Amino acid sequence: MAGNVPYKVPVGPIHPALKEPVHIELTVLGEDVVSADFTPGQTHRGIEWMGLSRNPVQIVHLTDRICGICGVTHSLCFARAVEQVAEINAPERADYVRTIIAEFERIQSHLLWAGVAAHELGFDSLFYLAWRVREDALDAIEVITGNRVNYDIIQIGGVRRDITPDMLPKIQKCLDSYKELFGKLKKLFLEDTVIKSRCIGCGVLTKETAAAYSTVGPTARASGLPADLRADYPYCAYGDLQISPVLPEVYGKKATGDTYDRIVVRIFEVAQSIEIIEECLANMPEGPVLYEEKVAKILALCKKASGEAAGRHEAPRGEAVHYVAMNNAEAPVAWKVKASSYSNLHVWPIILKGVQLADVPIVVASIDPCLSCTDRVLVTQDNGPAKILTKEDLSKMSYLKTRRMME
Amino acid sequence: MNEILAAVIGVVVLTICSIVVGLFLAGLDRVVVARMQARVGPRLRQPFIDIAKLFRKENIVPKNAVPILFNLMPVLALAASIAVLLYLPFGSIAPVLGAAGDMILVLYLLIIPSLCLVIGGFASGSPYATVGAQREMVSMIAYELPLAAVVILVAWRLMASGTAEPFSLVTLMDTNIWSVCGPLGIIAAVLLLILFIGIIPGELSKVPFDAPEAETELAGGILAEYSGRNLGMFTLAQAVKSVAIVAFGVAILLPWNLSPVFGLTGAAAIAVDLIFFLVKVSVVMLVSVTLVRTMMARFRITQVVKVYWFILGGIALAALILFAIDAFAAGVI
Repeated sequence: MAGNVPYKVPVGPIHPALKEPVHIELTVLGEDVVSADFTPGQTHRGIEWMGLSRNPVQIVHLTDRICGICGVTHSLCFARAVEQVAEINAPERADYVRTIIAEFERIQSHLLWAGVAAHELGFDSLFYLAWRVREDALDAIEVITGNRVNYDIIQIGGVRRDITPDMLPKIQKCLDSYKELFGKLKKLFLEDTVIKSRCIGCGVLTKETAAAYSTVGPTARASGLPADLRADYPYCAYGDLQISPVLPEVYGKKATGDTYDRIVVRIFEVAQSIEIIEECLANMPEGPVLYEEKVAKILALCKKASGEAAGRHEAPRGEAVHYVAMNNAEAPVAWKVKASSYSNLHVWPIILKGVQLADVPIVVASIDPCLSCTDRVLVTQDNGPAKILTKEDLSKMSYLKTRRMME
Repeated sequence: MNEILAAVIGVVVLTICSIVVGLFLAGLDRVVVARMQARVGPRLRQPFIDIAKLFRKENIVPKNAVPILFNLMPVLALAASIAVLLYLPFGSIAPVLGAAGDMILVLYLLIIPSLCLVIGGFASGSPYATVGAQREMVSMIAYELPLAAVVILVAWRLMASGTAEPFSLVTLMDTNIWSVCGPLGIIAAVLLLILFIGIIPGELSKVPFDAPEAETELAGGILAEYSGRNLGMFTLAQAVKSVAIVAFGVAILLPWNLSPVFGLTGAAAIAVDLIFFLVKVSVVMLVSVTLVRTMMARFRITQVVKVYWFILGGIALAALILFAIDAFAAGVI
C-alpha cells in the first residue's frame, strides 16, 4: 500500500449503512478514521415552501409527512405553535391522547432504531427480532389512530380521534407484551459480548461537547446531560406526570457518552414510555378532545390571529421545534422546522474521529439521524461550485429576509 | 491412459457435483437462518436462480480496475476451489488424485481462493474493495494459525501412534483419529473439532468474521465492484470452497462411514457412505455457519485476529498438551 498516506473513503449519499441519503467523507489511515466531514442536503423536499400557501389545518397533514417515523412529533409541534398564536387551548383529554400517542411513537421509533443498530453491527437476528416486536406498537397505534405510519391524529386545538373504552384491552395487551419483552431486550442488547466489545468506549461524546454543540434527546442524555423537554418544560399531560430524564445511570453505570450508553438510554426509554402510557390511560380526564369540532371555525380563528410562536416537543430523537408566524392571513407568513437530528448531526465529525472504520456505521447510526426531516435548504439558483456560507453570511441573509417580510 | 481419462471424468463429475452441493448448502443455510429469525426466507433453490441470473447480467469492469487481474481472479478462485476437492475423500470414495497430494497441499490450495479475492479486490480500484482486501489478508493470517494447528496436531497424533504417512488423506480414510487415542486424546480431538467449527466461518467470510465483506461498512467490500459473470464465478467459488473446507474437516475429524455398520459392500456401500458424508457436511455447515451467524454480531478486524490467535490458539495449545500427555501415557513415544 501507499505507505502511511491517508486515503478518503466516501460513505453515501447512497450506502447500505445509511437509511437515508447523506454524504459522509472519511479520511482513513489503515482502519483508523483520522477525520470526518458530512454534507447534508441530499433529500430536500420543500415542505415548508408548500406550507406557506396553505392554511394551518392543511399544513398539519403536511407536517405528518415530514418524517416517516416521527409521525406525531412534527404535527404536535406545529399545532402547539399555531394554538399559541391563535390562543386556542386544547382540552385536557386531548393533551392525554397526544401524550399517549407521542409515547407510542417513542416506543416504535426506539425499537426501529434498535433494529437498525443491530443490523449495523452485523447482528441480523436481533434486527429481525426488534422489528418484529415493533409491530405490536404499530398495531396499538393503528388501533388508536387508524393509521400505522402517518398517524394524522393531531388537529389544531386537539386530536381527531378519542381513545374509547373498547380500544383499551388492545392497547393494554401491547403494553403487557412489551413489559414481558423488556428483560429479554435488555439482555440481548446490553449483555451481548460482541455488542459490548464493539460499543463500549466507541464514538465517545463528552458531556462538555454534548452541551457545547446543543445536542438533544437520547444523544445528550447518554453523555450525562439531563436534558428532556418533558421534564424541563412540561407540556401536554407531562406536567401531571413525574418524569425524570433517562440517563445511563439507570443501568447502574456512569455516563461516558459512548455508543453503548446511547443504546442503554434508548432501551430504558422504552420502559419509561410504557409507564407513561399506563399512567395516562389510568388518569385520563373525561371531556371533549377538540377545542372546536368545526374546521371552519378553527380556520376563522387562525385567520384572525397574528403573532409568532415556537411549538416544541421531545421527539424520540430529542427536542423538535416549529416556528410559526401568522399575520391575519389564511397561510402563515413563516414556518420553520427544526428537526431533532439537526442539533445532533454536528457531532458526527467529533465522535467519528479516531474510531475504527468498522465502527463508522454504528457510530453514525448511534445518534439516530433522521435526514429527510432535517434537510431544509437546497440552493438551485446556480450550478457553480459548492460554497460554504459562514455565520456572517447567514445572519446577513436572515436580516434581508426579515426586512422582506416586514414590507 | 485410462488413469488420465478416469481423472478427467472425475474432475468433470466432481465440478458439477460440488457446485450443486455447494449451492444447495447455501440455500439450506439461508432457509434455516430465516426460520431461526422467524422469517419465511427464500426457496431452497434460490442460490441456483441467483447464479443463473448473475450469468445473464452485464459484466461491468470499473474504469479504475486492472482488467486482466479483475477478470482472471474469479476464474482462478473457482479453479482452485475445485482443485481442493480433487484431493479430498468423499465417504468411502478415495480422492480423485489421492496419491498425489496430502493435507499440507490442501492447506495451500485453500488459501488460493482467498488470495484471488484479495488480488481481485485490489484490482477493483475502489476504496471499499481495497479496505476489504486488506481485511481479508488480515483475517487469512488470523485463521491460518488455528487451521494449521488442527492439521498438524491430527497428523502428529497419527504419527505418534505409528501410522505411516500421517499427512496423507488416503491414510485418514483408513485410520480414525478417534480410535488411535486414549480418553485425554478424545478430549483433545473434541477441542480440535470445536476449533475447526470456529475456523469455517472465518474461511468463508461469514458473520461474525465477515469483516472483509461487511455489508453495512464496506457495501460488500472485496466484491463491491464485481457484477454479472465475474460475481457469479466468485459466488460459485465460494459455494465450492464451502464444500471443500467442510469436507476437509469431515475427512480429518469425522471420518466415520456407515457401510461397515450395516456390513455393506460394493456400490451400495459407496452410495450409503456418500449420503452419510453429505449429511455430515450439511450438519457441520449448519452448526458452524448457520447457527453461529444467527447468534452473533460482526467482529472488528482487530477482534478477529484476537479471537483466532489467542482464543482459538489457546484451545489449540490445550489440545496439543492433551495429545502429548495422551501419547506419553500410552507409551507410544
